[in-house]
Amino acid sequence: MIRQDFQRIDPKRRATIDPKKRQFATPTYKQQDYPFRLNLYDTPPTAEITLEQFEQWAIDRLKVLAEIEACSYRNKSPAETEAHINPLLQRLLPLSSNTSSPHGAADQRLKNERQKDHYSHFILRLAFSATEDLRRRFARAETMLFRFRFQKDDSRERRAFVESLSLDWEPVSDEERHEVSESLGNSTPGLRNVNEEIWYKVDWEKVPELVERRTVHLKKGKAYVPGREQLSMIMAEFTARLERSLELTSRALPRLDEDDRLTPILNHLSKNFGSAESVYSEGEGHVDGAAITASSIDSLSQHFPLCMRSLHMNLRKNNHLKHFGRLQYTLFLKGIGLSLEECIIFWRQSFKGKTDDEFNSQYKYNTRHAYGDVGGDVNRRGRGYPPYSCQKILSDNNVGIGQTHGCPYRHYSVDNLVGLLQSTGVHDKEILRGVREDVGKQRYHIACNRVFEWSHKGEIKKVKEDGTWTQADLDTIVHPNTYFKRSYLLKQLAKAPGRDA
Amino acid sequence: MPHSVSPANSPRKDDEELPDAPVEGTAENGVKLEDLFNDDDNEEFPASTADMKMQSSPASVPEPTPAPSGVDSDIMLAFYQRLFPFRYLFQWLNHGIVPTRDFGNREFALTLQNDAYLRYQSYPTADLFRKDILKMNPSRFEIGPVYSTNPRDRKTLRGGQMKPVSKELVFDIDMTDYDDIRTCCQKANICAKCWAFVTMAIKVIDTALREDFGFEHILWVYSGRRGAHAWVCDPRARNLPDDRRRAIAGYLEILRGGSQSGKRVNLKRPLHPHVARSLDILKNNFAQTTLVDQDTFASSEQADRLLTLLPDKSLNNALRRKWDSSPDRPSASKWADIDSLAKTGKSSTLNTATLRDAKQDIVLEYTYPRLDAEVSKKMIHLLKSPFVIHPGTGRICVPIDPRKAEEFDPLSVPTVMELLTEIDAYDAKNPAGTTEAEMPDAEGSAVNDSDVKGGTRKMQDYEKTSLKPYIEFFRSFIAGLLKEERAVKREREETAPAVKADPMEF
Repeated sequence: MIRQDFQRIDPKRRATIDPKKRQFATPTYKQQDYPFRLNLYDTPPTAEITLEQFEQWAIDRLKVLAEIEACSYRNKSPAETEAHINPLLQRLLPLSSNTSSPHGAADQRLKNERQKDHYSHFILRLAFSATEDLRRRFARAETMLFRFRFQKDDSRERRAFVESLSLDWEPVSDEERHEVSESLGNSTPGLRNVNEEIWYKVDWEKVPELVERRTVHLKKGKAYVPGREQLSMIMAEFTARLERSLELTSRALPRLDEDDRLTPILNHLSKNFGSAESVYSEGEGHVDGAAITASSIDSLSQHFPLCMRSLHMNLRKNNHLKHFGRLQYTLFLKGIGLSLEECIIFWRQSFKGKTDDEFNSQYKYNTRHAYGDVGGDVNRRGRGYPPYSCQKILSDNNVGIGQTHGCPYRHYSVDNLVGLLQSTGVHDKEILRGVREDVGKQRYHIACNRVFEWSHKGEIKKVKEDGTWTQADLDTIVHPNTYFKRSYLLKQLAKAPGRDA
Repeated sequence: MPHSVSPANSPRKDDEELPDAPVEGTAENGVKLEDLFNDDDNEEFPASTADMKMQSSPASVPEPTPAPSGVDSDIMLAFYQRLFPFRYLFQWLNHGIVPTRDFGNREFALTLQNDAYLRYQSYPTADLFRKDILKMNPSRFEIGPVYSTNPRDRKTLRGGQMKPVSKELVFDIDMTDYDDIRTCCQKANICAKCWAFVTMAIKVIDTALREDFGFEHILWVYSGRRGAHAWVCDPRARNLPDDRRRAIAGYLEILRGGSQSGKRVNLKRPLHPHVARSLDILKNNFAQTTLVDQDTFASSEQADRLLTLLPDKSLNNALRRKWDSSPDRPSASKWADIDSLAKTGKSSTLNTATLRDAKQDIVLEYTYPRLDAEVSKKMIHLLKSPFVIHPGTGRICVPIDPRKAEEFDPLSVPTVMELLTEIDAYDAKNPAGTTEAEMPDAEGSAVNDSDVKGGTRKMQDYEKTSLKPYIEFFRSFIAGLLKEERAVKREREETAPAVKADPMEF
């Protein structure tokens, strides 16, 4: 698997370069031709482009990546994503297959498209290698883009591309296939006939997705992968290579040999990878004029979204919450404006079974850490973690035994969910039916918003009628703290008519 | 004060305050100094360590045995001096005799007697490791990953420079995760009946790791109270990045969902070979442990829960009527009722295949290993070292032989007090031993090279105690690991010339 050698100078040649003349030696770069539509981006570009191109290409690609990321945050299905992304790709970053032109890969149009794709990728690498967070997001979005294109590629070209990668896959012999045919059939869902497939034996590390979903047969460290699972393997390869090179780029970045033409562009780019993730800014959930103290949480909990409400109910029932539940709830409370002191008092009072010593040694630190009162420099400067968004809570696909955090719409069984809703006073048959339907379609946001709209229908109607709130104020809720704030304000309005939002 | 502890006075030492004082003093100084540095965390850490602490807080330990619960610092010190196998622990983590980066850049985290927590400790050699442990006398310590640089130097590096590079793949099984399906004990307690769950878990996980993933060097360790840890030490496992660890954890995880998720095992048919094999292993355990020993479905709440897991409404109603009429019906009969009532054909909607699948799911839900998956997913997660003392129970975290997992009885694992008494008893019986007792035994547990001295083999203190078989098991485990390690190294050297040119590049 040592395959970085392509970047190194051949040792025989190296000896002949005079170190004094080395910097003046004419660089001989590998000429870029683009025989395939797809690209694993192994070789950096070397030709010259104008500054305008530099910026424009990067911005075009950035727009695509940002949209892809946004789609995944909104839990869009692959089909929806495709419908959304396709026109964008056509406009900003077209990439046609060889068959689309009579000249094949030699066509200048194809070359230009591929060059733009190639260069923009590497420009964004420079822009996004600076921090861990940016690297991860960039790698994720790029992988999604690559997967998207890979799936749309025509099958013959795709095969040629895959073959050009020379991945070490060992084909399974017929005898061996017969030996394990039953296991192969049982472990690979959606398979009609074991003997129809071409099977490959690869190290299981190459197909982590399949292993994690338990959809591949494993024996002594080898995974038996059917030919059609190529995608998974190639994705893994793509991500692995990209992550490795981003890592290398980030190390080389401080030594970037550059006057001040590129750096401002790069900085500008990385700032503009607008964090779709943090739709919530600090202090946004705070409600002015509401006295939020440890003792008022009980009464305020009627305004909490279901995830927080169920945590609160669990806390009151068991006088305890497990770690992730505590974290999720603490951050939410921080978001509604509960001060650190009050928050510690709140938890102290809630954990009735614990002595002061136990509380101080086991729980207090976590609370302070969440507020950024202790911990590393980064944590303190950032004032702890931000309150979790719905996206974050929903994406936790691993709520363990006895744990109560997460989103009830997603992590509870439907019957328990309905039970919980009823216990919070949602009895309307129509609403419950709607919730069941939404949950069945995995539209958890919609279910939660449905309940919100039902429980505030009087107030919403009112503010709409007297025009104090516009439609923008009643946008779909995608953050628990937004839920609280809106609920609280609506109820206040109802109580004291005439007060402004 | 290492030299002051001799076998003759160690039992009496409990009421002596003085020799202890300087040791604690230094420890405390150490803390303050280190605390200044200790605020640099990985985000995950305050959380995970606090959780670990929570599970084993000594205050809430109802003792299952009459053994003294508090292990005081003198006993701890005597244990480190005389019994703790520093040399073997070193060889295990170092993967060889000559100290390497594998040991030198390895993070240790010490919990001191005053509950202060020191992270990022590291030691270049076994002797320095032993010396520092004796000085700090921690109540326990944990093992973290090997870093790209020495963890002690982390403050001199720019942020993000220190990266974890390898660690054993670890698994953690804890009885608390079984609280909703065990009836014999709760919380921190265990008995032979519920230990059966851990035994099953060891069997299932061990088999999967060996047969499916091809790992060979898997060390199972009793966690000292109510669980077990696995350390997969194969080179391939040690170098796995986090996402591959997550993949293994996902592969092994069958139960999903929290307390409110309803049915937690929902498997697709046909069953994956790993699941089918696990089901084979667990079937008999279910019959014995769940139905007889635990009698899990005896209470009406548990029986109701069982009914919610069955697919057919009319069958459920028939079962409920039957069970309501005889409240004391044992679990085994209730389980048998499902099939016998199904056969009578009372329910017209019943689908036998669905029922069979549901029953399989139930068997798995009640017996399949419940792993603390977070521990396995992150390379940087710390896990308690083998052979340290569990501060609550005083028991040693001894290795478990997975081939004989059934024979392992957690309640017969020696406590540190018992071991020290055994040394004294042995020395009293064999006065010849006094000659070596005269020599300060400072290297007793660390140096094994001096085994042969003038033709007579010096007896190690651990050999006088019931800890001996465990240490010998550990030694043979390491021997197997080192053998493979050497083979890998040789292979690397043979292919070396081509690669060797590279480091000279710049």
